[in-house]
Amino acid sequence: MRIRTLLILITVTAVAAGCASQSSDPQTSAKAAQMMKASFKERGQAKLDRLDQDETQRLCSLYAGNALPKDVATRIEAANLSSIKYPSDGKLVGDWKAGEKIAQEGRGKQFSDDPTGPVGANCYACHQLAPQEVSYGTIGPSLYLFGKTRGYTDETRKYAWGKVFNPEAYAACSNMPRFGHNGILTEAQIRDVVALLMDPASPVNH
Amino acid sequence: MADPMKVRASVVGDSTEVKVLMSHEMETGQRKDAQGKVIPAWFIQNVTATYNGKTVLSAQWGPAVAKNPFLAFKFKGGAKGEKVQITWTDNRGDKRTDEATIA
Amino acid sequence: MMQNRRRLAACMGGVALAAFVSLAVGQGSTVDEIAKYRAALQDGNPAELWEARGEDLWKKPRGPKQVAFARCDLGLGAGVVKGAYARMPRYFADAGRVMDLEARLLYCMTTQQGISDADAHKNLFGNGSERKSDMEALVAYVTSESRGTKMDVSLDDPRVKEMYALGEKMFYFRGGPHDFACATCHGEDAKRIRLQDLPNLTSKEGAQKAYTTWPAYRVSQGELRTFQWRLYDCFRQQRFPELVYGSDASIALTTFLARNANGAAYDAPAIKR
Repeated sequence: MRIRTLLILITVTAVAAGCASQSSDPQTSAKAAQMMKASFKERGQAKLDRLDQDETQRLCSLYAGNALPKDVATRIEAANLSSIKYPSDGKLVGDWKAGEKIAQEGRGKQFSDDPTGPVGANCYACHQLAPQEVSYGTIGPSLYLFGKTRGYTDETRKYAWGKVFNPEAYAACSNMPRFGHNGILTEAQIRDVVALLMDPASPVNH
Repeated sequence: MADPMKVRASVVGDSTEVKVLMSHEMETGQRKDAQGKVIPAWFIQNVTATYNGKTVLSAQWGPAVAKNPFLAFKFKGGAKGEKVQITWTDNRGDKRTDEATIA
Repeated sequence: MMQNRRRLAACMGGVALAAFVSLAVGQGSTVDEIAKYRAALQDGNPAELWEARGEDLWKKPRGPKQVAFARCDLGLGAGVVKGAYARMPRYFADAGRVMDLEARLLYCMTTQQGISDADAHKNLFGNGSERKSDMEALVAYVTSESRGTKMDVSLDDPRVKEMYALGEKMFYFRGGPHDFACATCHGEDAKRIRLQDLPNLTSKEGAQKAYTTWPAYRVSQGELRTFQWRLYDCFRQQRFPELVYGSDASIALTTFLARNANGAAYDAPAIKR
């Protein structure tokens, strides 16, 4: 009995210290969304509709800072999995050199960006990839040796494609953008990013 | 007209330590604006510090010095209540002099 | 293979910059070297130039009505600057609104000094000598007068409390083409974007360290930037539309972050890369 009480206490403390939990209160959420609409103005390519959340964004915002209920996570993943579009010609792997450029490119979709200019994936902002690039972020896991450790199989290539296209399909409320689903990258660009990860000749795998 | 400098001077042992912040663009002449036009060079060329009418520091600067430069130096002598004067001149002929009382 | 990699990295560093070599040695030393760089910047922070100009602006009669900020109440009485920033945002009955410092200064300019709304909103972000920002100078001065004061944002007023709750929601609000929220980058300890350390604003320590070091002189821009700019530019990178300066959303988020910094000694204007 004593032991059980102690365990419960430890669990409670861990939760309290682990995360600053926000109140999952839909009314306040709705009010905040309304306030934001009145506090932003469109500029360049960034229109106000960028504040309209889809179901994934809404649910992930609502539960952020708290544990995501399992059924909600399953729902988000299923919905996003069904949205993944694979290339019609079946070609998943492009040019890793072009992929490296896309991984380095931080521009695109900001109101300060030229709407006709380049749009990158900025992978290095969050991930380690090719070891030659020492300026990488740590928000996401290291992807160094991605293909080599997972194996250069059809299954892994397909997973890499899906993960870049829509990471919410594999990990609900992931921090990673849905590059294909949200139209950030083109099909050709995703192919090149997959090559950076999966081509045995890519520096990511050396 | 150029903004005032921020000058601080204090006695440290038998010397006076002077710290100066200058407000200046220090444009290198290497940068281009949004239209692709070269932004002309504009930088401080000469800095002098005088104490009791005597020059205690004379420096020639170039475009490699950062925007809003910070300069710190020491000279022998100086006493509380006396004044240190700093003057800079830039490549456009603009000039600014400020002084501080030694603390 | 490991050795090859190291050699390659060292070569790159040698060509580019001496500092690059130390980056290639290991991530631990990268952080150390950046810390040294920051320490070297501490002496002689150009923010002082903004503080001096701001003090001058604060004391001078301004606008069509030729009224100085001596009549402006930042929450501690008309003209009282000392310690005022550490207690903002707060509710101002005369304006009927929760305000941060920047919103309050705009209010004093338009209501007391007779400056038009359009003129008050000119040059909120400075750009070198061609566009000096009075707002950035004023904020530099006012905030410098809270240096060393403990952050003490009160939620006793229900209107401030509500802004805090809304600000918290905003912090976790995902939107735009990239699904980014503030929490995407600022929700965990010890994360970096490229080589830039990211404060975890959901932890007490992280919020304290971040909030108490704004405004800051940004070496890369040669400008002093206020907290309104910090939020504006975060949202730009979040791919959101443009955050309206002094808007309710900007004040709500500021309330959330300022309150989370309570208890820490305020220490700005600071200097950042």
